[in-house]
Amino acid sequence: MVATPLLSVAGSNPAGLNFDWAFFWHALVRPNSSFLLGFATTIYISIIAMALAIVVGLLLALGRRSRLWPVRVFVSLYIWVVRGTPLLVQLVIVYDGFSAMRLFSFSDVTVLGIDIQGVVQAGIVTLALNEAAYMAEIIRAGIASVGVGQSEAGLSLGMTPGQVMRRIVLPQAVRLIVPPLGNDFNAMMKSTSLLATIGVSELFLNAEEINSLTFRTFEIYSVAALYYLFLTTVWTLVQSTIEARLQSQLGIPRPPTFRQRLLGTGWRPAGGRVRDSA
Amino acid sequence: MSPEGEEKGASAGAPGSPTRPGAAAAVAATAVVKRFGALEVLRGVSLEVARGEVVVIIGPSGSGKTTFLRCINHLEKVDSGRICVNGQLIGYRERADGRLREASRRQIAERRAEIGFVFQSFNLFPHMTALMNVACGPLRVKRMPRQRSLDEAAALLERVGLADKLEARPLQLSGGQQQRVAIARALAMRPSVMLFDEATSALDPEMVGEVLAVMRELATGGMTMIVVTHEMGFAAEVADRLVMMDNGQIVEEGPPRQMFAAAAQARTREFLSKVL
Repeated sequence: MVATPLLSVAGSNPAGLNFDWAFFWHALVRPNSSFLLGFATTIYISIIAMALAIVVGLLLALGRRSRLWPVRVFVSLYIWVVRGTPLLVQLVIVYDGFSAMRLFSFSDVTVLGIDIQGVVQAGIVTLALNEAAYMAEIIRAGIASVGVGQSEAGLSLGMTPGQVMRRIVLPQAVRLIVPPLGNDFNAMMKSTSLLATIGVSELFLNAEEINSLTFRTFEIYSVAALYYLFLTTVWTLVQSTIEARLQSQLGIPRPPTFRQRLLGTGWRPAGGRVRDSA
Repeated sequence: MSPEGEEKGASAGAPGSPTRPGAAAAVAATAVVKRFGALEVLRGVSLEVARGEVVVIIGPSGSGKTTFLRCINHLEKVDSGRICVNGQLIGYRERADGRLREASRRQIAERRAEIGFVFQSFNLFPHMTALMNVACGPLRVKRMPRQRSLDEAAALLERVGLADKLEARPLQLSGGQQQRVAIARALAMRPSVMLFDEATSALDPEMVGEVLAVMRELATGGMTMIVVTHEMGFAAEVADRLVMMDNGQIVEEGPPRQMFAAAAQARTREFLSKVL
């Protein structure tokens, strides 16, 4: 009586929840080849974009410390604009906008025998340039956190400022850069789903296509979500391995294990000091 | 930009004169002035240190001792005056008109390589083993072959009593051990002058002795040293000359025993009465 409208909605599906378990399971463990290709595309776009972002971000971070003020101003403006506008908007501007304006349009190229679509290039470039702005800030903070005494010790040995940056400061900054970098990489792997809007055939676009053919909406998007979860989980493992290695470089014992990282139990955040026993 | 910045040292000495004072000295500082903003930290400090001489600088906190030491290897720029190490200007190059311009980064680095500097807070590189801390200077700056730099580093660590700590990381070492590694690191560059900036001030009392022992051995071996310290016992025993600084100036200098027994200046007597 009171719940009539609800009942009528539920009544449209007299069999209960509309969830095709068999379809879900099949899509999860035996995905079709184009879905797998989309998954692979998501992975390689993420990795290439992140690698480029680290390089560009490092250049930006160093540019922000440049002796030349135009360089500093350019970098500040770049970071301000890129961090202040949405990635989705940047994507359509770089791929559709530039082309429409006849400024630049991405065309398919073949690199080392591998065809790379123009739209994929646009996606990688935009993701990389976007992430570079964030990386610049992360790297800058990492560099700033290395004490000035470290630089002075390097300089007093007769190293040039460039050698000090490369041999002394950056290797120590890396330890502080990796955790936020890992956080950003995690976010970027998920942000690649935005590339579907410009037509990159990555994981999410393939899920959308399967949805439009089968209307198994909840099932296929759940499968896509699980694939993203798998990716970020693997990355968590990789990241904790990297961090453990950087910790051991300082002689700090017993970094958190993967299980501890994942479940967040059984370890306390490491302080700067070493304890003899734990 | 102060006008002195452009003309620093123009009046110091007689540029171009054949026998410039201090040409033979290991370190020759002339009328060094250093300001941090409005604060004048060094107000015309002149000091000459002969080869093989051990000079200990004492004085109250804020007297400019550390700043002066940092000027000697150009970790601080000077506002006027000039500093020569082994007869060569540090941090600056002299133009034809006698004015000083800051040297290139590479020239500065080359000068600094001749000067060992030991910091109060050690400043070892935490991401390297003790061995690499010592080897990295010769390896990266002098481009010495890797194996030879490692062998020399191991020998130096043995000399400072740390033969069993070659692979230890700085965080695994005590303060005294870290400071001895830092001394070995500076020595690895085969410097002609060693500067010690309160090298024992950050140490627990029981570790002071082991670091002073290394410094004493260096002094005995003929190293030219400028030591800023509050260790008056060390000063009395090791220094060839004691220099008392206060308020950015050298108040008095002389043989340590004489100064400890009967300092000429009231300011020195007042300071010594508090620390002895």
